Amino acid sequence: MEIIRLNESEDRDFIERVSRESGQAVENCYQCGKCTAGCPVAFAYDLMPHQVMRMVQMGLKEEVLRCQSIWLCASCVTCTVRCPRNIDVAMVMDTLRIMARRKGMVPPGRGRNVALFNNNFLGSIQKYGRLFEFATMAMFNLKTGQPFREASTGLTMLRRGKLKLSVTKPRGLEEINRIFEKVRQAEKEV
Amino acid sequence: MKFAYYPGCSLETSGKEYDLSTRAVSKHLGIELTEVPDWSCCGATAGHSTSHLLALALPARNLALAEKTGLDVTAPCAACYQRLALACHELNHNPQLREKVNEITERPFHGKIKVISILEVISSVGLEQIRAQVVKPLKGLKIAAYYGCLLVRPRAIQIDDTENPQIIEQIMQAAGAEPVDWPHKTECCGASLAVSNEEVAIPMVSRILKAAALSGANCLVCACPLCHFNLDMRQLKVNRLQGTNYHLPVFYFTQLLGVAMGLNPQDLSLHTHFVDTGQVLKLVG
Repeated sequence: MEIIRLNESEDRDFIERVSRESGQAVENCYQCGKCTAGCPVAFAYDLMPHQVMRMVQMGLKEEVLRCQSIWLCASCVTCTVRCPRNIDVAMVMDTLRIMARRKGMVPPGRGRNVALFNNNFLGSIQKYGRLFEFATMAMFNLKTGQPFREASTGLTMLRRGKLKLSVTKPRGLEEINRIFEKVRQAEKEV
Repeated sequence: MKFAYYPGCSLETSGKEYDLSTRAVSKHLGIELTEVPDWSCCGATAGHSTSHLLALALPARNLALAEKTGLDVTAPCAACYQRLALACHELNHNPQLREKVNEITERPFHGKIKVISILEVISSVGLEQIRAQVVKPLKGLKIAAYYGCLLVRPRAIQIDDTENPQIIEQIMQAAGAEPVDWPHKTECCGASLAVSNEEVAIPMVSRILKAAALSGANCLVCACPLCHFNLDMRQLKVNRLQGTNYHLPVFYFTQLLGVAMGLNPQDLSLHTHFVDTGQVLKLVG
């Protein structure tokens, strides 16, 4: 494990910014480790949830925003409901993901495909108003260079009427597009 | 009883069994569902992972559309339920934020309706009433009720206890099935990672199947299209990769309720699963 030098903390405002954006009193974490103990994805993490919390407190912004764990968090919220300090840890994870994305950081390792999937997913909503499962999966396969991934699953689904080659678009497509645009605008102003 | 109905994207495709069986069972129980006109996606995990504001605005548009029907809205999909219910909660508790979001959606939501999961809707009919409709009790079915994450977390929107919920068990018991005690009913199945990082999701699915099998259950019962797909489709993969031999059909609670009420199997789509349901359903007769 890497050594964290507490006296070389890089960004002392980081904790304040994470607290503000997540609405969570991050400073209250006293490192009991309950979030990590209950996390079903911890086995795949590079930083454990309690380490993420501690590193936020220490202002180790780069290290935290560069980790894979913030992308691999499955958003199951177990950490949050079990936190004895009432910190919404899952919300902190969300916030860190959003911050990393805003900074244009390329997610490392396994995080890359999570970000890619999320982008494809939201792209589908913006384009069709609903998730077009078939097109989103096909696009994900192409972008990750595995065009035939899950092809037999797809065929089985198609045969059983569980995969549609078109999507029912809501009439309010322009409206949905405007929502995306306005959110982008509002977030620029912050 | 009347509700606005928000099916959500996956109920049109990969989760069609849930849509069909929900509509069939609701009709049978006298619950009238009116589909939210022109509904759009709730944003799901991709939404809240990307932008807090977007994660509110996408459900808020649908809440506003549902509100126009004058009915409380129900969402069978656990993810849609969580996104709609959380947005509703946040917008109701933060008037400034509501104003901001209403400005973005250009469709004002006034907070006059509630978001209710289909589990709550069906259980509100009353267990006695459900029992009275049962013509084919689910005798011989030992079920592991699987809730996953989204219906029981976070606290603001949880439909039942976060560690040991009982609502599925109660409904299934009323239908004559025997719920087993098992430890993984609210353990995450990793569905949100299943496409992007299957090798992370597979051990998560495997743990749940193992716990269900050890408890003596002969099937899983869920209320979420993402859990369903992940546990049903990936079960075959778990068997292949880990040398196991699980054969646990994964039912939606509405499908089994429909079986118990003697509804037409075609309307419940019992034949479109990856893990064959036939053998287990034979137990019911």
